[in-house]
Amino acid sequence: METILALIPALPLFSFLILVIFGGKLSRKSASWIGAGSVGIAALLTVVIGINLIHSLPGIKSYSVVLWQWIHAGNLSANIAFSFDSLSLVFCFVITFVGLLIHIYSIGFMAKDEGFTRFFAYMNLFVSSMLILVLADNILLMYLGWEGVGLCSYLLIGFWYKEPVNGTAARKAFIITRIGDTAMIIGIFILFVSFGTFNIQDLMHLASAKWAVGSSLAVITAALLLGGALGKSAQLPLQTWLPDAMAGPSPVSALIHAATMVTAGVYLIARTNVLFSLAPIVQTIIAIIGALTLLIAGFSALAQHDLKRILAYSTISQIGYMFLALGVGAYSGAIFHFMIHAFFKALLFLAAGVVIQVLNEEHDIFKMGGLRKRMPVVFLTFLIGSASLSALPLVTAGFYSKDAILWFAFSSNSGGMILWLAGIVGAFLTALYSFRMIFITFYGEVKTEPAFNAGKLMTIPLIILAVLSVIGGFIELPGSMGNVHLFSGLVNNTLPELVLKNVEHLEWIFQLVSSGIALSGIYLAYLFYYKKPEFIETFNHSRLNHFFEKGFEFDNLYNVVFVKPVVWFAEIDKKDIFDQLNISIANLSLLGNRFLSVAQNGKLRWYLLSFAIGIALILTLMINR
Amino acid sequence: MILVYLIVILLAGAFLAWISGNLGHLWPRIISIVTLSVDLFLIVLSLVHIVPFSDKWLIDIQYDWIPQFGIGFHFALDGLSLLMLLLTFFLGIISVLISWKEINSKVGFFHFNLLLILAGIVGVFLSLDLFLFYFFWELMLVPMYFLIGIWGHENRTKASYKFFLYTQASGLLMFISILALYFVHGKSTGMYTFDYNQLLGTQMSASTAVLIMSGFLAAFLVKLPVVPLHNWLPDAHSEAPTAGSLILAALLLKTGAYGLLRFIVPLFPTASVSFAPIGMTLGVIGILYGAKLAFAQTDLKRLIAYTSVSHMGFVILGVFSFNELAYQGVVMQMIAHGISTGALFIMAGQLSERIHTRDITLMGGLWEKAPFMGAIGLIFSMASLGLPGLGNFIAELLILIGAFEANILLACLACLGLIAATLYSLRILQKVFYGKKNTEWKMNDLSIREKIISLSLVVIIIGIGHLPQPVLDIAKPALLKTLEYHNENTYHKNEVVKSKPDFKSNIFFY
Amino acid sequence: MLTVPVETQILFAGILFFLGLTGLLVRRNLVFMLMSIEIMFNSAGLVFIIAAKHWNQPDGQVMFIFILAVTAVEVAIGLALILQVYHHFKTLDVDAINKLKDDN
Repeated sequence: METILALIPALPLFSFLILVIFGGKLSRKSASWIGAGSVGIAALLTVVIGINLIHSLPGIKSYSVVLWQWIHAGNLSANIAFSFDSLSLVFCFVITFVGLLIHIYSIGFMAKDEGFTRFFAYMNLFVSSMLILVLADNILLMYLGWEGVGLCSYLLIGFWYKEPVNGTAARKAFIITRIGDTAMIIGIFILFVSFGTFNIQDLMHLASAKWAVGSSLAVITAALLLGGALGKSAQLPLQTWLPDAMAGPSPVSALIHAATMVTAGVYLIARTNVLFSLAPIVQTIIAIIGALTLLIAGFSALAQHDLKRILAYSTISQIGYMFLALGVGAYSGAIFHFMIHAFFKALLFLAAGVVIQVLNEEHDIFKMGGLRKRMPVVFLTFLIGSASLSALPLVTAGFYSKDAILWFAFSSNSGGMILWLAGIVGAFLTALYSFRMIFITFYGEVKTEPAFNAGKLMTIPLIILAVLSVIGGFIELPGSMGNVHLFSGLVNNTLPELVLKNVEHLEWIFQLVSSGIALSGIYLAYLFYYKKPEFIETFNHSRLNHFFEKGFEFDNLYNVVFVKPVVWFAEIDKKDIFDQLNISIANLSLLGNRFLSVAQNGKLRWYLLSFAIGIALILTLMINR
Repeated sequence: MILVYLIVILLAGAFLAWISGNLGHLWPRIISIVTLSVDLFLIVLSLVHIVPFSDKWLIDIQYDWIPQFGIGFHFALDGLSLLMLLLTFFLGIISVLISWKEINSKVGFFHFNLLLILAGIVGVFLSLDLFLFYFFWELMLVPMYFLIGIWGHENRTKASYKFFLYTQASGLLMFISILALYFVHGKSTGMYTFDYNQLLGTQMSASTAVLIMSGFLAAFLVKLPVVPLHNWLPDAHSEAPTAGSLILAALLLKTGAYGLLRFIVPLFPTASVSFAPIGMTLGVIGILYGAKLAFAQTDLKRLIAYTSVSHMGFVILGVFSFNELAYQGVVMQMIAHGISTGALFIMAGQLSERIHTRDITLMGGLWEKAPFMGAIGLIFSMASLGLPGLGNFIAELLILIGAFEANILLACLACLGLIAATLYSLRILQKVFYGKKNTEWKMNDLSIREKIISLSLVVIIIGIGHLPQPVLDIAKPALLKTLEYHNENTYHKNEVVKSKPDFKSNIFFY
Repeated sequence: MLTVPVETQILFAGILFFLGLTGLLVRRNLVFMLMSIEIMFNSAGLVFIIAAKHWNQPDGQVMFIFILAVTAVEVAIGLALILQVYHHFKTLDVDAINKLKDDN
């Protein structure tokens, strides 16, 4: 078991090395086999080890393996060691399985790109880093994975490096996530200095033993770790990098910015949940941030023109739901939504990628239209994905996961009406913008003709993900509909169970309301964007719409408050004031030289005069003695 | 005797190289490589002397030189010097390889100077007699002045003057301090000596100690360099030839750090503690200010030079934290920074060999023409910003945790340096390798020789990033010895010894 | 015979010296400067004669002859130098001979 565990992150890493070292000499075919194959084998191994784990529960809760001693200095010790429990199982499954589908899709998507091998190398490095992140048993190794995925995100967003815009987007992503990472590393320092270890399980035990609930150290540490999570998961206030990250190829957006990297923050909070339960204030803040983000992102998505930007804001919004769930203590709910969201969001991004590619890189949905007839498979899968996103009642997996979160937002001990309201408004917005996207892109008249048909390599992953987006929900049915708790049962071996208020009997009302909201959102989208677009014509040109489109002007705000001052400050002291001090000392002595060299004028009579004056002075002095 | 041989071989090689310059360009280069390889081999051999957990010197030789004045010939090797010597010889070989095609005039004299500088550096790392230490300190200086002044770029005269004046002046201040220490020790014990072991534990009044320490500090802070005494660095680094920049950045700067660890902390335990808040603050200022300056530059080598200022800020932050973690971090940083910044300078040199400019506004999109160079640049830019998995991360982590245990506020400010490092590292990548091509350069990717150089550096930086343990283990006894001197003399009798950092009272220095 | 007090005699020699000095400082022609130097020399010699008379020793007179010899040599070399200067600079204006000026 141990070797299998070690192989899971190691295989993609090896394939990365092979692709980098021998990349130039490999054919496209072998590169794709190596690239996708390693992830495929990792997926297989995950399934194997997962089945083993499920059978051993609840006796054995986790497997672990130590590879080698990484650092040992003084009292600081960290190993390269992995540990696998039910939480890791869910994440590894999503990363490897969805990753495999995306890799297969990429073989088709990047077929005409000259950086083919480089793409798969970066993607494999990413998968490996993400796996290290979720499998690490100590927080320092997790930080290595954390930074590794940040690096790969940078490389992949800026993959088409010839366009400066892509580079700027990549840098923006890296810098903003680094701000979060710095907060996180300070939190790690506090943990180490207080407890002397980096091992996550030990830290959690020691923290619950030594820190009182609500103590300032716990709050500060939790807040700092939250900072790291906010950066990677693109939540308020560090959410501005994700929409711009759509400059990368669509498989990148699907894998990194939908399914995996952006959920690293969710993983972090879930993994260190003990710390957050020691700091209830921070947990409430998580819920509030989740609620605010999902609303802001929802409104912003409503006003976007770019197909991928709609999906980007949608991702921010859905992760807001996950944070909302984490904030009220519904850990299994958050993780369940993570898994389902990975399925339908990856599906949506991949389908969007197909649409954009066959329309010759057209991103604007208002230049699309009527693609329903031209690309039926893509349309169908896109529809299923959007339906799942909008939580179409009963038939989609999204309904079960999102509905669970909405219910927990109200019924959990730390939840309440306001959080539920935020969630339900967000659900309405989600349905509205998703079907806006569908109606404008796939219905109506064709504005741009597709140039070719997408190949099987691209469509088969779409179909698989579509199926998952439908049936994935059936493993976790709410009490009123069958009470299946396969998923939460698995995850609750590692995560704390949710404590609910005594309102179980109200659940069916809430489900009814959320179903109604979803359906009305879809109907309104049909009305506004297909049947009678005149209704919202004025809104489309209003200042409010513009405000939404700019993502609530956060970019502008950060530009004015941070970017411009830093650049100004850097520019103004470019010549380094200390150096100028130096140069002025040198200039002063040169000045002195020029001043004194007046006396060196080569004139004999001048010198004689100075002799004479000197003698006179000396004689005077001598006489006066 | 092996220690004496190290220097003698270098000096002999230097003279041979100079003379063989008359026979053609190839001979001096070969002689230099052979000399350095022999020395590297000797140093690797002395690894067998290592006894773990022993605080004795690994190799220790002492002869009388001028006994009337108490000047002896005392060389000693411990874990710290061993690591530094390994770095010196390895990077020495790399610097000869990198100047293979670049230096084409007065080749013999060039290699003579190169080997002399290395001899000076080796002497600095080995000397335990203060007079001898000063001798080698000054020996590093003049050949480097020639290196910059003769084979440098456009503004080389000004740069070499600046370098010389700064280093010489600060060196003279150190000499005054050495003499002062000599006399103070002689007055109090009757024995006039320059020997390090004898001078440890000299009884001095607090103010005398601070004054004498300031002289030493002047020299080491200028060499390190610490803001505001860093002004010689950008000019010297950007105008020097590639080998010169490499030796400057990777080795000369480390002599300053070595001096802090070897001389300041053990010789002046109480005075260094009183300087510590200033030292740590200067470190943080250096980290942030250096990063800010780096971000604004358009000359590639100047940019990398300012990143050196930033990284060395971590070193002084660590040295004045006075704990084992920080010191391990300092040693790691000396090695990792030497490799990563050295590699970046090599890359800048390779670029300027091809396109004859260092102006990044004229570059852009070079990944297409030279993907191998781009990949190397990527790896070392990531090292510069402290990506885990590469050596610099271990170094910065250890220093920051060590500093965190000493002074929380300054450590948090230093963490901001991590963000600042991201800004300049990504700027390098974007302006040079990515983006639109500002000028259509015709250039080749790296040749075999250049690939070997770059790959060996990559292997090392990834190696110490994943397996830093050997380095940490070798350095440990030496660092513990240094800390022992500190601890014995500073945890005062009338103060309570704090065993764990106390967050409430520890926002400012103890 | 008139007895002139020694102070007056020396004053006389002093005035002669300053006349020579003034001539040296004011005149621009090298030949005239040389002549002024001559006057200064002679005034110095006069002081020696005065001293010899005052102390009734012959040493002063001997010194004067010595000074005469030195003066002669000095004039000879000086005139030779002036010839060279004229050769090179085509003028005897001392202000023109400022090649040692500090030109920064």
